[in-house]
Amino acid sequence: MTINHMDFFKPKHQKNRNIYLIIGILLFSLGILDFSLNNFQDKNITFFLPGPISFFSPLIFSVIGLSFIRIEFSGIKILDKLNKNINTSNFNAVLSTSIILLVIFALPPLLNWFIFDANIVGDTKEACTGGGACWVYIKVWFNRFMYGMYPNAEQWRINITFIAVLGFMAVGFFVPSKLRNYLSFYYTILLPIISFILIYYIISGGSFGLVWVETGAWGGLSLTFMVSFFSLIFCFPLGMMLALGRRSNLPVVKYSSLSFIEFWRGVPLITVLFMSAVMFPMFLPEGTYIDKLIRVVVAITLFEAAYTAEVIRGGLQALPRGQYDAAKSLGMGYWKMHIFVILPQALKLVIPGIANTFLALIKDTPLIFVVGLLEVVGMLNLAKTNPKWLGFSMEGYVFAGIIFWIICFSMSKYSQKLELKYKTDR
Amino acid sequence: MKIKKIFPQVITLLFIVLIFTFFTMNAQENMETRGLDFGFGFLKESASFDIQFSLIDYDGSHSYARAYLVGLLNTLLVAVIGIILATLLGAVVGVARLSPNYLIRKTASFYIEFFRNIPLLLQIFFWYFAALRALPMPEDATLLLGSSFMTIKGFYTAAPIWKNFDIFFVVLIIAVILIFFFAKYAKKKQEQEGKQLPVFIVSLAILIGLPLLTFLIGGVDLSFSFPVIRQMSQSSYTFDGGLKIPPELIALTLALTLYTATFIAENVRAGIQGIGKGQKEAAASIGLTPNQVLKLVIMPQALRIIIPPTTNQYLNLTKNSSLAAAIAYPDLVLVFAGTAMMQTGKAIEIVGITMATYLTISLAISLLMNWYNKRIAIQEK
Repeated sequence: MTINHMDFFKPKHQKNRNIYLIIGILLFSLGILDFSLNNFQDKNITFFLPGPISFFSPLIFSVIGLSFIRIEFSGIKILDKLNKNINTSNFNAVLSTSIILLVIFALPPLLNWFIFDANIVGDTKEACTGGGACWVYIKVWFNRFMYGMYPNAEQWRINITFIAVLGFMAVGFFVPSKLRNYLSFYYTILLPIISFILIYYIISGGSFGLVWVETGAWGGLSLTFMVSFFSLIFCFPLGMMLALGRRSNLPVVKYSSLSFIEFWRGVPLITVLFMSAVMFPMFLPEGTYIDKLIRVVVAITLFEAAYTAEVIRGGLQALPRGQYDAAKSLGMGYWKMHIFVILPQALKLVIPGIANTFLALIKDTPLIFVVGLLEVVGMLNLAKTNPKWLGFSMEGYVFAGIIFWIICFSMSKYSQKLELKYKTDR
Repeated sequence: MKIKKIFPQVITLLFIVLIFTFFTMNAQENMETRGLDFGFGFLKESASFDIQFSLIDYDGSHSYARAYLVGLLNTLLVAVIGIILATLLGAVVGVARLSPNYLIRKTASFYIEFFRNIPLLLQIFFWYFAALRALPMPEDATLLLGSSFMTIKGFYTAAPIWKNFDIFFVVLIIAVILIFFFAKYAKKKQEQEGKQLPVFIVSLAILIGLPLLTFLIGGVDLSFSFPVIRQMSQSSYTFDGGLKIPPELIALTLALTLYTATFIAENVRAGIQGIGKGQKEAAASIGLTPNQVLKLVIMPQALRIIIPPTTNQYLNLTKNSSLAAAIAYPDLVLVFAGTAMMQTGKAIEIVGITMATYLTISLAISLLMNWYNKRIAIQEK
C-alpha cells in the first residue's frame, strides 16, 4: 500500500490492532445506524451538526471507520480479505460505503412492494388493499398473458403443440451417433415443417373436429415463442447463405448479398414491420392474402438474417487462409470445402455472436404490436386499459420483465457454456 | 470452369429481376384498381395535423415535407442525446466492471445483466406508463434547484433567453477552431522539442474565456424565463414560460441510454482487457503515473478495439429510437410513417422515404466512425 496521509493513524504494532479494530467497527456501525434511523425512523441523531455535514454524516462516519480497520497483514483472514476487496483506499471506501448505503436505502421498500405488502389472494381489484404490488392482477390475467385472446377452453391445444415441438427439438440429444450427420438437415428443414404442420392443424384447427381459431386471437407469451422459434430456425440458414454470398468472388452474387445485408441492417425493425403490414400487400397479385402472422415471421426472419450473416462473416474472416488452401489442395470443391472444413470451424468461433443475435431477436418480438399482433407486452398494454383493472401497469411490466429476463439470461448463460465446450485452442 | 462461374450469377440475376418485376407489376395493377397514383407531389400539400413537440416552427398549415423535417429532427434529437449519455454511462460502467473493488464490480455487472436482458420496448413502456406516471401533478410538484419542476406532464425548467445569440455562437466556433490549432501546435512542439504545453488548461481558458468576453463587449446577454404555475380550470394546472421537456422524450432517452449503455460497457471492458498486461507494466516502468498510463498507453490502444462494436451500438440506438412511436413521441416513424401515411394513403412512397432516411443516417454514422477509426488505427510506416 502506498504511503498516504492517513498513515500516522496506522498501528505500528500488532498489539494496537484490536483498539483500531474496535474503534473502526464502532464508527462504521454508527454510520450505518445513523443512516438507518434517518431512513426508517425519521430520526436524525446528528441534528446538531450543520446541514450538509449532517446529511453526509453516515458516509463520513463509515468511511472513517473503514480507514481505521484498513490494517495491513492484520493476521485476521476475514479482515484481510475485506480490506483487499472493498477497502483498499479512502476513495474505494467511499464508493463501497455508498453502495452499501444505497442497498440499505432501496432494498426494504423494494422487498415490501414485491412481497410483504403485496396481495395475491382474491379475484378482484378490491382484494388489493396493501400498499405493495397487486399480484392478483397477474393471477387473474395470467391466461391472457400466456395465450392472448385464444379461447380458454381450447388452450390445451397450445400446450400440447408446445410439448410436442419441444419433444421434436430434443431429438438431437438422443439420436445414435450414426445419424448425427443428418441432424443439421433435420433441424433446418424437417423440424420447421413438422412444427408448422402441428401448429397449423392443432393450434389453428379447422379440421379433425377442432374449432378454427384465427391468428388474430393468438397472443401472449405463446405467440412470442412461436414467432421467435420460426424466425430463429429460418434466419440461420439464410444468414449463412448471405455470409457466403458476401464473400463470394462472383460479382453479381457478392453485390446482391451485400446490398441485401446492408439494406436490412440500415433500417429499424419497426419500419420493416410497417412495410410488411401496409406496403407488402400492394406488391402481391390482387386477391392473394397472406396471413399477418406469416408476413411478420418473414419480415423478422429477413431482418435478423442480415445480422446473422454479418456475425457468420466475422467467423469466416477469422479463419486463417491456410484452412482454405489446405481444403483446396485436397481437391475439394466450393461446397465440399465450406460444409466440411470452413463452416464447422467458423460457426464455432461465432457462437457468442449468434447467441447475441438470437437474444436480440427474442427481445425484438414485442414490436409486432405495430401490426396488431399482441404478444405478452401487447397484452399488458391491453389489460392496462381495462376499466376494471386500471392502475396496475407497474405489476404488469415487472411481471413481463421477469419473464423476459429469465429467458434471455438463461440463454446467454447457455451460450457461454456452449462457447467453452466448443473452444478449441489454436 | 467458365460455366461454373457464370451459371450461378445468371440464376441470381434472373431471380432478382423476376422478383422485382413481379412486385412492380402487381403494385402498378393494385394502384390502378384502387385509383392511387405514384408520386411525391403530396409533400407540398398542407399537412393539417398538429405535432405535440417540435424543434422548429410547425403547425397544421405547413406542408408534409415540413412535418417530415420535424419528425426527422425529433429522431435526431433523441439519437444524439442518447448516444452522448450512453457513451458516458457505458464508459464509467465498463471501467467499473474491472474495478479492484468487489462491490463496485458486482454492482456494475448486476446493472449490465439486468438491463440488457429486458426488451427495450418493455423498458420504454415501464418508464413511460409506470415510473413517470408516479410523478406528482403540476400543482403538487416541488421546486428543484430553484428553477425546475418534475411533474407527470413533463420536466419544466428555466429557458435561456439570448440577445445577439449569433455573435455568441460564432465566437464559440472560433474558440473551438483556436483550440484545434493550439492542440496541433502543442503536439508539434512536443515532438520537436519535447516540451509539454498545458493543453487542457489553455483549451478550457479559451473555451470559457472567449465566449465570456462577448458578454462584456459583444452585447450578448442571457436571461432566463422560469416556469410559473397557472390555474387553467378548477382542478387543472399548467406551467407558463420556461422550457418544457415532454415525458415521452424523458422516458425514451432514459430507456435508450440505460439499455445501450450496457452494451457499450461490455465493449469498453473487452477493449481494456484486450490490452496486454505487459503494456501497463512497461508504461509504469518508464515512470508514467497511473493516469498517464491510462491516457497515453492503454486508452489509445483500447479505443481501437472499442470503436467498431460501439459504432454498431450507436447505429442500434438510432434505429431503436423509432420505438418512440409506441409511446407517441413524435419521431420520424410516428409523424411520417404513422399520421402522414394515414392521411395520404401513400404507403409505398412514405415507407420508402422513411426507410431511405434511416439508411442515410446509418450510412452517415458508419462513415463518420470509419473515418475516426482509420485516424486512430495503427499507422504502419
